[in-house]
Amino acid sequence: MSDSLANRLGSLPSRSTPPYQPTSSASLADILERVLDKGVVIAGDIQINLLDIELLTIKLRLLIASVDKAKEMGIDWWEHDPSLSSRADHSTSRLEEENQRLREQIEALRADAALPPVSAPEATTPRRRPGKRPTAHPRPGPGDT
Amino acid sequence: MSDASLTYAYAVARDRTPALAAEAGTLTGVAGAPVRLLTPDRTTTPVAVVSHVPAEDFHEAALHRHLEDLGWLEALARAHHGVIEALAAHTTVLPLRLATVYLDDDRVRAMLDDNQKLFLDGLERLRGHVELGVKLYIEAEPRPPAATDAPPDPALSPGRAYLRRRRTEQDARHDAHRAAEEAAQRIAVSARAHAVQWARHRVQEGELATGPGQNVVNDAYLVPADHVRAFREETMHATDGLPGLRVDVTGPWAPYSFATLTPPERGTASAP
Repeated sequence: MSDSLANRLGSLPSRSTPPYQPTSSASLADILERVLDKGVVIAGDIQINLLDIELLTIKLRLLIASVDKAKEMGIDWWEHDPSLSSRADHSTSRLEEENQRLREQIEALRADAALPPVSAPEATTPRRRPGKRPTAHPRPGPGDT
Repeated sequence: MSDASLTYAYAVARDRTPALAAEAGTLTGVAGAPVRLLTPDRTTTPVAVVSHVPAEDFHEAALHRHLEDLGWLEALARAHHGVIEALAAHTTVLPLRLATVYLDDDRVRAMLDDNQKLFLDGLERLRGHVELGVKLYIEAEPRPPAATDAPPDPALSPGRAYLRRRRTEQDARHDAHRAAEEAAQRIAVSARAHAVQWARHRVQEGELATGPGQNVVNDAYLVPADHVRAFREETMHATDGLPGLRVDVTGPWAPYSFATLTPPERGTASAP
């Protein structure tokens, strides 16, 4: 993935964009949250190996969650995208370092226990919320049938 | 990878009904190719929803590169979701995670055979249910009163006046969070009457988070199809009498958040 970040500095030909007329009014954040992070994970032949899709998921999480937090962690991939930012001036080696750091973080995450089943909401994966604002914590929702 | 096309899999459904086949026939996939249904080799169920994608854009290295491009990723995500959404309107589908790609149709058929029980169990569990998203927002923070709004009490030193103003702002924030807590409780109570499962998502706060206000609850509920209307109405009323809050109900979605299957073996060292 580190070299792919470097490759992104060259803009992609537009023909590589899947042509699609959006029919859904759902917000991109809601869609990405679901298609990237949820759904059935089953091995395909083209292994974007799990590590890489997890990396991507984490980046997206941060993009959906908090950009400031992401920058603290050294994740600033969107800054290299001319369509998202005008500041695309980092060196590849730094990107590789960041990727290395990310990989290590994911290794640590993966070393944790497997994700709890979604049917046990009380035991949802502990996720630190970015930011320090107090949150509303509703009591656990309806139990399983 | 000599082949010019690969097979992209979107979802798994139970049966190849004429209605489902007809609906799939109207859809266009992530790369513009027609969407098709594939049945497994040994039996007739479950079926996979697939389309061809160009190998040059979806082989491993290309995917790595493209997925780094938010524009490309968005188009892929919306197309992937569009296919799933259209089919979920007709039948229960198990959505597969984005970018599940196979070398050819036969590999998908083999995958269906290998995981038949897993898929059928999952489909049975979710049959007749949809996912609804519930997001609770605290509306934009009250504007801190400018110095001209309320002339400072002449008895107060500037420092004290500042502290008092800060205190007022903080109180307003606390009140908003207390109200949000109350609304969240109401949502949980009314949801219990309708939903069979519940999942918590991260709150949305970043650049992609749309809509004004601060998202404090971002949940998903698995709701029987015939309870959707009641669920939605009751949830929308959860903020009645609680100013400064907004609740959004999204969906119905295919049951993305409840489609977790646990294969007996994952086969790769990188399985979580």
